[in-house]
Amino acid sequence: MAGFEGFEDRHKEVFREEARELLSELEGSLLELEEDPENTELIERIFRAMHTIKGSGAMAGFDEIVSFTHELETAFDLVRDKKVPVTKELIGITLTSRDILRDMLEGTAGSSAGQAAQEIISNLKHIIPEFPCSGSKKVQPHGINEKALCLPGEEKALTYRIRFRPNQDIFKIGTNPSFLIDELRALGDCMVIAQIDSIPVLSEFDFEACYLYWDFILTTSHGVNAIKDVFIFVENSSELKIEVIDDGLSQSPDYKKIGEILLEKGDVSAEDLRKALRQRRNIGSIMVESGLVEQGKLTSALAEQQYIREKRKQFKEAEAAASVRVPSRKLDVLADLVGELVTLQARLNQFSLTENDSELVAIAEGVERLTDDLRENIMSVRLIPISTVFSKLKRVVRDLSSELGKEIELEIEGGETELDKSLIEKISDPLMHIIRNSIDHGIEPPAGREALGKPRKGTIILHVFHSGASVLIQVRDDGKGLDAEAIRTKAIDKGLIPPGVEIEGKDIYQLIFASGLSTANEVTKISGRGVGMDVVRKNIDALRGTVEVESWKGKGTCVTIRVPLTLAIIDGLLVKIADDHFVIPLSIVEECVELTRSETVGTNSRHIANVRGEIIPYIDLRDIFGIGGTPPEIEQIVITQTDGRKVGFLVDSVVGETQTVIKALGSTFKKVDWISGATILGDGTVALIIAASHIMKLWEEQGAQRTACKAE
Amino acid sequence: MGKTVLIVDDSASMRQIVSFALKDAGFDVIAAVDGKDALEKLNAIKTEMIITDLNMPNLNGIELIKQVRQTTGHKFTPIIMLTTESQESKKVEGRQAGASGWIVKPFTPDQLLGVVKKFIR
Repeated sequence: MAGFEGFEDRHKEVFREEARELLSELEGSLLELEEDPENTELIERIFRAMHTIKGSGAMAGFDEIVSFTHELETAFDLVRDKKVPVTKELIGITLTSRDILRDMLEGTAGSSAGQAAQEIISNLKHIIPEFPCSGSKKVQPHGINEKALCLPGEEKALTYRIRFRPNQDIFKIGTNPSFLIDELRALGDCMVIAQIDSIPVLSEFDFEACYLYWDFILTTSHGVNAIKDVFIFVENSSELKIEVIDDGLSQSPDYKKIGEILLEKGDVSAEDLRKALRQRRNIGSIMVESGLVEQGKLTSALAEQQYIREKRKQFKEAEAAASVRVPSRKLDVLADLVGELVTLQARLNQFSLTENDSELVAIAEGVERLTDDLRENIMSVRLIPISTVFSKLKRVVRDLSSELGKEIELEIEGGETELDKSLIEKISDPLMHIIRNSIDHGIEPPAGREALGKPRKGTIILHVFHSGASVLIQVRDDGKGLDAEAIRTKAIDKGLIPPGVEIEGKDIYQLIFASGLSTANEVTKISGRGVGMDVVRKNIDALRGTVEVESWKGKGTCVTIRVPLTLAIIDGLLVKIADDHFVIPLSIVEECVELTRSETVGTNSRHIANVRGEIIPYIDLRDIFGIGGTPPEIEQIVITQTDGRKVGFLVDSVVGETQTVIKALGSTFKKVDWISGATILGDGTVALIIAASHIMKLWEEQGAQRTACKAE
Repeated sequence: MGKTVLIVDDSASMRQIVSFALKDAGFDVIAAVDGKDALEKLNAIKTEMIITDLNMPNLNGIELIKQVRQTTGHKFTPIIMLTTESQESKKVEGRQAGASGWIVKPFTPDQLLGVVKKFIR
């Protein structure tokens, strides 16, 4: 607030003048109080002087004085309430404080004043045991939400329905509702409908009362707090209802039926609505004719309907005018071409470095910059908000929950998060499956929930957000959670884990992704066949993503899907084993650590690394890929986060970060699932992109075989 | 001519800060040093709004609000209280006495005007 600085300066001198007077008054009063410790008038005067120094000091920007006086004021508040007696000691301390305040005011003592103040405060706390431990309580500014006043909201524009019914005495507290209406109008597109049904007949009319109340339909990007700020001084005495009626995400130009709107607003009862509907005529006029609803309320509902329809139409037209429809196939081709360009550009870069020609290097750098821009642009063209699949999900939740007799609400956070188009198409099925599972197994029936002290209505929260180069999609429900014991029993039953093997925590829950495991006692139409979660896992794997489950018994389950932002190009870490290159997706890489030969020997080749006290297993990629030769003296472990676990990959050396275009391996290698693709490097050589979670599985299987062999 | 606002505060710097801010925004401002002074000024000068401190000698802010509401011609006059964050209970008392709104010290001129403009233009 630049204006605030100048504002302070012009008032600082006046405050000094005033504070000097108050401080000498304070000194006089304190000395008098010492003679006459019961004099409440004096105590009041002392308190007031402190209060004024604090209040005005804050306005003039003397923060040090303000926080110190705040403590003194607290002490004298206790004196005023007769909770603390006036003693010579207290007066002595307060007189010293007064001198410190003077030093702070004149700025003569520098930082030593602050130190002295701290001593005084601890002395005060010592002699006044009741002193509240406020610490350095920060003086909170202004009664008004600062954000609403100073910053235009960067939030999305939402449409609200507001009913404001002021107390009939609103004029008597000096408030004119029309100013509030104007203030509300200033927030955005606003429609005001006055309701007149409370106006009495003339003989009963009080000319000083406010009988009107209002319905507003407001589209604003300032957020709900800005709306509340308009009514801040009257919200306690008035009826104020603010609801979001349009989040701007809906694609459909249709809006609710009149009856629905009236019902939502509580203007008619469900019973009356049903009766009126049976007559199959214009519902609004029937209800007004039969006196079920006032004309004003119908007007308001009609206006709302009209308003939202208009808004949505406008929005659609604006979008249509500003965009071009292109078949997505064309975009795919474009993305492929850019991918080729990226590869070629990498070659050019490499070549330019070996040629030692500054002109060529400059050209290569220019090409690199352009290709980067081009790549980013083509990627962003392919991004669409994930909310496009949500309407389908909402429908599933609605249909399924009514079929199962459950009450479930789907909350969506981060619907505006953008993802690659092809990814969105592929994510929709697994997501649907997870949600089905939550509805069927997770959320309990309403009666059961009530018995457990939970709200009748279950909630499923779908939360989408960016995290580095990945997008995280979380499906969280507040149902009964997974039954770890049942999963364990079932898994042993199915031979997924050998009996006696201890699996704990997260690892148990990961088992639900194994094929053939379902803990549902009976097969329902929706789930329980034990296929499903393993399909979810396969689908997500195909997107080079991971999926994790967390669960809290009785409290709910949270499934987290992590997928890369885009499919065609990845950010990877290029590593080297002997003469072969490999790429590890950067989205899963946590860090790289060195491993010396002596350490390998020390751990007795159990493939365990100690990273700052954390025990992390690692997989020797040389081993996995059957590459011969001897590893170097110092090897590197690339530590990754895979399926909720930390696992390292042992390589000879780390070359660096690289952006690579993924090429499929072709049908010959269809069954090789521990390689997710290949890429062509700058020098024309091929590097394999490793699929971490599959390699982990492979390694575990081999490990199990090894142990089995040893046992025999 | 702008509307007239009465600022009541025993602190000279507060009076100056408030009057400067309001005058900059085109209001006429008169000042009173305490509640008693304020009632006298209200009788003499036509006033459209009152901004008052709460903690003052010779008739405090709450008493002032009560008396203003009894005064002819000021039944509907907007009254804004200047409070500090530690005066939560005073705020409630003030509202019951008939205050229209409040602003918590310290505040910026913009914040003050934001509140004032809820009541007068």
